[in-house]
Amino acid sequence: MGLFILRRVGVMILTGLCLTFLVFSLTNLYPNLEKLAKTQGNFRMSDAEVTSYLERNGYLQPMIVKYGEWLGVVPSYRHENSDGTIQGRCIQPGQAPEDAPHFCGVLQGYWGFSTVFKDEVGSIIATRLGLTGKLMLWVMLLMVPSALILGVLSGMREGSKMDRTLSTISITTTATPEYVSGVILIAVFASSTVGLKWFKGTATSAMESANFENFFLPVLTISLYGMGYIARMTRASMAEVMTAQYIRTARLKGVSFGNIVVKHALRNALIAPFTVIMLQFPWLLNGVVIVETLFNYKGFGWTLVQAASNNDIELLLGVSVVSVFVVLVTQLISDIGYVYLNPRISVS
Amino acid sequence: MEPLSWFEIITRVLLQFMPVWISLIALFTLSIVYKRRLGLYGKLFDSTIGMIGFALVMFWVFTGIFGALDMIITHDPLSQLSGMKNKLPGTPLPRPDEGQYPYYLFGGDNLARDVFSRMVKGAWIVVQIAPLATLFAFMVGITLGLPAGYYGGRLDTLLSFFANLILAFPVILLFYLLVTPEIVETGIPSYMATVLFVFPLIFVGVLLNSRYKTQPKVRTPLLFAVLGILGWLYLSLISEAGSKVSVLPGFLDLFDIPAGILVVFVSVVFVNSPTVFRIVRGLAMDIKTRDYVAAAQTRGEGPWYIMLWEILPNARGPLIVDFCLRIGYTTILLGTLGFFGLGLSPESPDWGTTINDGRRLLQIYLHPAIVPAVALLSMVLGLNLLADGLREESLRD
Repeated sequence: MGLFILRRVGVMILTGLCLTFLVFSLTNLYPNLEKLAKTQGNFRMSDAEVTSYLERNGYLQPMIVKYGEWLGVVPSYRHENSDGTIQGRCIQPGQAPEDAPHFCGVLQGYWGFSTVFKDEVGSIIATRLGLTGKLMLWVMLLMVPSALILGVLSGMREGSKMDRTLSTISITTTATPEYVSGVILIAVFASSTVGLKWFKGTATSAMESANFENFFLPVLTISLYGMGYIARMTRASMAEVMTAQYIRTARLKGVSFGNIVVKHALRNALIAPFTVIMLQFPWLLNGVVIVETLFNYKGFGWTLVQAASNNDIELLLGVSVVSVFVVLVTQLISDIGYVYLNPRISVS
Repeated sequence: MEPLSWFEIITRVLLQFMPVWISLIALFTLSIVYKRRLGLYGKLFDSTIGMIGFALVMFWVFTGIFGALDMIITHDPLSQLSGMKNKLPGTPLPRPDEGQYPYYLFGGDNLARDVFSRMVKGAWIVVQIAPLATLFAFMVGITLGLPAGYYGGRLDTLLSFFANLILAFPVILLFYLLVTPEIVETGIPSYMATVLFVFPLIFVGVLLNSRYKTQPKVRTPLLFAVLGILGWLYLSLISEAGSKVSVLPGFLDLFDIPAGILVVFVSVVFVNSPTVFRIVRGLAMDIKTRDYVAAAQTRGEGPWYIMLWEILPNARGPLIVDFCLRIGYTTILLGTLGFFGLGLSPESPDWGTTINDGRRLLQIYLHPAIVPAVALLSMVLGLNLLADGLREESLRD
């Protein structure tokens, strides 16, 4: 088991390095840098001025060196200006070059500076992640239990009328992407002209104080899309378990149907959904981006959109690192959990 | 003129869709009459769910096709009529010209364009791109997944690593990285198109070669003809005057795909193929242990023959089901791209872009966003129901 986890972690780190390098090189392509120079300087810069700006800030080094600097394994670039002052990535304004550290990258905890929010990337991501964490917590609390109940109820008697109805519901929710269900939910529950006016159509106020009125719709929108999929997986695995021999034995022994479902079938039926729930995280991230944009909730997903559409290179890199990290860690947990829960799978 | 009542709107919309109804009825009558001779397709008409799904899908397919022929639409989807901004469904035009349809059936959007016609035109974009992109993703996934599953070993490890690499990437981030104008300028999407679109060629080439290897007299001319035509199509698809990849002189270039559409197409294929790869690889690993594969190996068949003519046909059930589901997923992805305003032009009538336009005033005017939202929902739902029906019927075999 230890070796298995070690190997998985090794592959994970390799994947993480590959992916961050990929994002790094895509965001540091010359057209992006040129745009960065123009937004930082002025829009009427000549090509020579752009080149000298990029040269001064060390953007014209080879990609792999820049990546190493950003990661914090290569000493960072310093440029001596014509007036003798030295500037560089690690040298804060007002700091003497001799005092500044030589390495400053993600490994040292320096994530760079956001050009859009005019703030440290690290602190932006921390605040935004906190907001999204709040959203995700409620999504999980709503989605997982309702999906499991839906799946177990429809899987315990396969082919029954209840199964048909609940399956159709879960198919419908998987067919409804967040931007569709969000629009429909806002139309029904939050529109100011027609509809029920139960909830608010934006969640901006939920960032400070979340309550049922301003937070339920975004949570429901994200939950609905993931719910159908988990419910279908649970249903399939429940239906399979219910045909097993030991369930028939229990039945013949005279155990009541409720007891069979809860005490005998449920534990074995929940192995598959566990991995599915874990693997849902990348999709949830997708949903989070859409829903945060739709409901104007300024969390992590909203930050991703802002960073990407405003060419905020360092913020975008930070956001990518965090999201890639989340995806890889959940994959790892799902693998380990699967092995742990299912005695039939051996590690070797 | 008075605005239409809801009943009148519905009647007029149903009338407007008349060509679609006729085609649907014709298709269903023919299919049900001959269903015993049509294999898996015919069996679909034994399951209610499958039939409902198929009807929904074909509704949008016919709508897309007739809409492209300018048959169903009531107004030009891009023209703006003064005085129709954000008007409710059923509003009459203030000054209708001779021969102009006198109403906006589903109202006007915030630029005073007809919501109904835009919805119909949007169907054509989805019907064009989604199945084709899914097909390309399948070609890539199958061409790489079969050897990975069949040979296993180093090749499998390597290919799986790359597939997982792409899968670990948040889709929206990937779209933002690939579809922004700066990246398009560097030509990366064009190079990706060059690589990804080779796979159908490889697939067809290997498919025919492995089948007719023993009859060189048939094989050689066949391969020349098929690969020649496909190669020409391939070159006209990827090469575009003025872009980074421009290999074909203009007079040989059969058609030009607008750069935005090509980028969208490439990124959708790119996102979908690793999942297909994993499915095909799993199926190949499972099927290669069967006796008929051992029999073919004993007969001395080549590995590609076994993969493409023994394993692949036996994996068709799950693959067809996944194909339907994946078209739905691709539709959702296209909508996502439109929703974030990536790739497609801002005035394009596709559903995602229209929803994005409409959501800004969603609190006050519902119809511009809700109409494309319901359209997209019904299409994806149709595909999912169709896949469900197919799965049930293919399991019954």
